Amino acid sequence: MRPRVGQMLASTVDTTAVIVVRCPDGELEITCGGAAMTEGNGPGSATTGAPHPDLMGGSLLGKRYADEDLGVELLCTKPGPGTIAVNGVPLPVKSAKPLPASD
Amino acid sequence: MNISMLLDMAAEGFGDRVVIGRTDGGLSARRLSELSDGGARVVHGRGADAIVYLAVNGPALPVALFAAARAGVPLVPVNYRLGDEQLDVLLANHPRALGIADPEHGEALRRAGLPVLSPAEWLAEAADHTGLPADDVPAQPDSPAVLIYTSGTTSTPKGVVLRHHNLVSYVLGTVEFAAADPDEAALVSVPPYHIAAVSNVLTNLYAGRRALTLDQFTPEGWLGLVREQRITNAMVVPTMLARVMDTDAVDRSVPSLRALAYGGARMPVRVIEAALRAWPHVDFVNAYGLTETSSTITVLGPQEHRTAVASDDPAVRARLGSAGLPVPGIELEVRDVTGEAVAPGETGQIWVRGEQVSGEYAGQGSAVDERGFFHTRDRGRVDADGYLHIEGRVDDTIIRGAENIAPAEIEDVLLRHPDVLDAVVVGVPDEEWGQRIEAVVVTRDGAEVDGTALRAAVRDTLRGSKTPDHITSWPELPRTATGKLVRRDIVAALTSERTKP
Repeated sequence: MRPRVGQMLASTVDTTAVIVVRCPDGELEITCGGAAMTEGNGPGSATTGAPHPDLMGGSLLGKRYADEDLGVELLCTKPGPGTIAVNGVPLPVKSAKPLPASD
Repeated sequence: MNISMLLDMAAEGFGDRVVIGRTDGGLSARRLSELSDGGARVVHGRGADAIVYLAVNGPALPVALFAAARAGVPLVPVNYRLGDEQLDVLLANHPRALGIADPEHGEALRRAGLPVLSPAEWLAEAADHTGLPADDVPAQPDSPAVLIYTSGTTSTPKGVVLRHHNLVSYVLGTVEFAAADPDEAALVSVPPYHIAAVSNVLTNLYAGRRALTLDQFTPEGWLGLVREQRITNAMVVPTMLARVMDTDAVDRSVPSLRALAYGGARMPVRVIEAALRAWPHVDFVNAYGLTETSSTITVLGPQEHRTAVASDDPAVRARLGSAGLPVPGIELEVRDVTGEAVAPGETGQIWVRGEQVSGEYAGQGSAVDERGFFHTRDRGRVDADGYLHIEGRVDDTIIRGAENIAPAEIEDVLLRHPDVLDAVVVGVPDEEWGQRIEAVVVTRDGAEVDGTALRAAVRDTLRGSKTPDHITSWPELPRTATGKLVRRDIVAALTSERTKP
């Protein structure tokens, strides 16, 4: 898929949902639990399969999952047991460096 | 993408945490979500296409903001200090809105033919509609979340359209989810029609920080509430901090306060220096932004404040008056009048680009250029280290003879005088020069200020052509409730003073 900033993606195998915060201009394979994520605000109706048992690292609400080399950042808006991956590589949690509260 | 998603995340991540109001009796994240669902049903039930909010800040505002989002209509906070005529003009733009108004402002809404609820009635109706099957219509990413009218200090008020993706991008770009400690509490002292009131609802909630509001600012009231509610974070406009620092015989202790953000107008260096001295334990943050940019676009952080005030290097020290560095997701350019980018250190006009930048006005469409940059109409320069220094509004520029003169640098010199509390420099129509430079100062306890000495101070620091032709002393300067100078009133008063027989 060609993700775009602001797009909501839902897992097809569990409750996970993310929002695209940053992405390159190009094709990416974004998966959760080994299955492609699809546009939408899940969970529920879109769930059609089972996650791969080796891809059950899980995601946490509000955490950022990012690959600096690819320039991809996904924010978890609904957590789930499946591992979020891009092009077959699980995304690590990006360590947050909060700005000082400015308003 | 919808700001409602931010509330869903808060309700799921820390649903029991009180996020609005006082520790006792405040709203938890879950309750805020329930009331917002209920409020959305009220909006639907009445067939409203917007919520107009004409009341002071309080718990009704966040419920209105998220209820509007869940109903797919915009929230329109309106300045309750506007005169009847201006209010009627603005309200005529929203004939099918549901109105929320304090009793004393309800009449304006009724005149416009809108149904009116008081903030208490609104909260009660929202509560009556909770717990029903969901029938919410999620707003689409491109739909307007908020419409805020500009203060109109330099032109007639314009309705700035902030879409869901602008506000969500701002929050995701600048705040970490649930990053606040459970004991953190923010005090918001700006009225609901100020962009910071809206952005504060979103950023505090997303961070998991309880937010309180103060609807009538007084130094004593603010200080008392900070101590009583153990406020850790506060946002003020510069005039508020000036009043806190300049009021005599008041207990200025704020042991719970950890961070103070300020913005909305220029902060006199004297005031921020006094605050840094009075509250060494507090982290100061200068935030620069506009309604059109969904609030903050540059930030001068706590360490930068401390480094600047302690430095002997004039360039480092000058950062105390700067607006800091751009936040992630914001690109900033300083351009000359032909649109070319200027070199570091040179003054030009500030343009910005980013997802949080709307640059869109109701009924007028987008004001961004072909590259997506928005003209802030602020003058400024970026120094060698990337720090942005604001030099006032382009529209405030004085043209004396053929020379463009920015009032800001002259005002800065006047404000350095120990007896000058407030100062403004304006261009007054002049037959010989086109405009001549006039200054008005407010002095400490009505102290006599020697105009000749003040003019000499400006001449020594700047140069002759930037020296005010005349300096007047007034008891106070006309400012909006959010601290912005109303320069056209000052020009009008000075012009009529001079033409009196």
